[in-house]
Amino acid sequence: MADPITNPATSEAIFGKEAVTAAMADHIAIVGLKDFITDAKWDRKELTLTVAPETIVAACEAAKAAGYNFFEDATAVDWYPTEPRFQITYHLLSHTFKQRLRLIARISEGETISSITSVWPSANYYEREVFDLFGVTFTNHPRLTRIMMPDNWEGHPLRKDYPVEGYR
Amino acid sequence: MAFVEDLEKPAVRDTTGATLAGFRPAEDLITPDVQDVIEEAESGRGPKGSDPVSNQTMILNMGPQHPSTHGVLRLVIEVDGETIVSLAPDIGYLHTGIEKTCEAKFYQQVVPLTDRIDYLCPMTNNLAYALAVEKLLQLEIPERAQYLRVLFNELTRIQSHLVWLGTHAMDIGALTVFLYCFREREEILRIFEAVSGQRMMTSYVRVGGLSLEPPLDLYKQIRTFLKTFPSKIEEYEGLLQNNPIWMSRLKGVGHLSAADAIALGVTGPPLRASGVDFDVRRDMPYSGYEKFQFNVPISNECDVWARYMVRMQEFRESVKICLQALDGLPEGRITADAPKIILPDREQMKTQMESLIHHFKIVTEGFQVPAGEVCSSVEAPHGMMNYYVVSDGTAKPYRVHMRNPGFATLQALETMCKGRQIADVVAVIGSIDIVLGEIDR
Repeated sequence: MADPITNPATSEAIFGKEAVTAAMADHIAIVGLKDFITDAKWDRKELTLTVAPETIVAACEAAKAAGYNFFEDATAVDWYPTEPRFQITYHLLSHTFKQRLRLIARISEGETISSITSVWPSANYYEREVFDLFGVTFTNHPRLTRIMMPDNWEGHPLRKDYPVEGYR
Repeated sequence: MAFVEDLEKPAVRDTTGATLAGFRPAEDLITPDVQDVIEEAESGRGPKGSDPVSNQTMILNMGPQHPSTHGVLRLVIEVDGETIVSLAPDIGYLHTGIEKTCEAKFYQQVVPLTDRIDYLCPMTNNLAYALAVEKLLQLEIPERAQYLRVLFNELTRIQSHLVWLGTHAMDIGALTVFLYCFREREEILRIFEAVSGQRMMTSYVRVGGLSLEPPLDLYKQIRTFLKTFPSKIEEYEGLLQNNPIWMSRLKGVGHLSAADAIALGVTGPPLRASGVDFDVRRDMPYSGYEKFQFNVPISNECDVWARYMVRMQEFRESVKICLQALDGLPEGRITADAPKIILPDREQMKTQMESLIHHFKIVTEGFQVPAGEVCSSVEAPHGMMNYYVVSDGTAKPYRVHMRNPGFATLQALETMCKGRQIADVVAVIGSIDIVLGEIDR
């Protein structure tokens, strides 16, 4: 059953760009995104590729061309106080190859990342949510406004320096 | 799958910016914000004022307290007479910050929170979360627990679809169906109560297995229900399927092409009703779904009627899966063999020192989960539900993110409603089976 392209035989974790690209040279994501990968991880049978934030739109287009036709979600993880602080995570799915790819871009406080709504319109709400709850700005977004919290809300609740009970 | 491959070819846009047949540029599909709709309406299509015959459009607020919006969805609609010019959903009225709350709880304390996200399919939420944490822990789940998880997930699907059918039919004006659906839903809720002690917020699926062994007479109760349920489906169909009002309100309404559905992130029954043959249960099996035989209903009609037909077929497939789970239910444990993660039996905890220590440790300190990030994906009644859990090696999740189907499907609402009439919006909302708890989280 194990298909060497979609499901590498190893369930062992592999870390680092060189190690992953060597172990999974035929993988459609590795082939399709080889110009963009800055770091890679094969952990618990999930492939995570890190790309530079300024290349995110091109990387998404390359992933789409490689067969990842469906955008699942975009979210962020706040690694405060580590820098770069925000890890923007994109989950992409291929209906044809039945597998998932995780793209990651890391940006610091105050930096911006380009919106991928031109590649997948469904990213619209997810990017608005990240903007609302983390305060990450997406450039070229059709309308980046708060989506969950009231428009006059202060702060971004999912940041780690925002208290769970809110500001009293 | 051949269909999906065909789709990918015309996705290449030509250089002039015009698109090939059936494909629209991404900008056309972007759901506007409330402010966009208001600005567009006020940007002077004719003079402002109350003259009804002048060439101007009107802004109409639908919800958040409108009965057909299934919760607290607010729609800001720009209408030209009865025709919809543009439409913007306004969400966030039910935002409770569950993702933030999760970060302050132990891993096992998050389970009851997941019930409350999509309150029509608590077991599915529990399962998606449990699968993610089990992947982080690399836990093996016994086969009996997997079968029971499948069984209760399919019962949850039937239960959720019953609420959809009842409310959808009520929105269209067929009031009787609602009572019939809730009659059967009551039986499923009794089964849930018997197995978990709760009718709706079950928290039955836990990290590492299940919370309780089902009572002995429960399987008989489920079989009795499954035996009578197919005739009940026919009863609903007898009330609706040949009804000319039902047909004319559903057929040809809310058209969503396969390409648009993929571009807008639509999953689950609406995606399959648009002709894309993808079901997480069959294509990326979890919890032992690869051992079950079932069909994935699809339709190429792309309208509200297609979504109705797909869900009605899913009722029957779910019954099939439930029966297979009952017939093939293996003996064995219902929890993984991991005493440091799963609470011991009450009896053991009172008689064995070791179990008492584990119990005390789990309750007071939780259990540590190896660092990493995973994504689990399940086919919820409304579509694909993903849980993205990031661990930093402590006993509390560093980040929990839920990808709920409704949040993405809501973005397709404008595409489906544009150019149609106000009454069709109600039918379309019903057809995407919206639950605001999962959208606002």
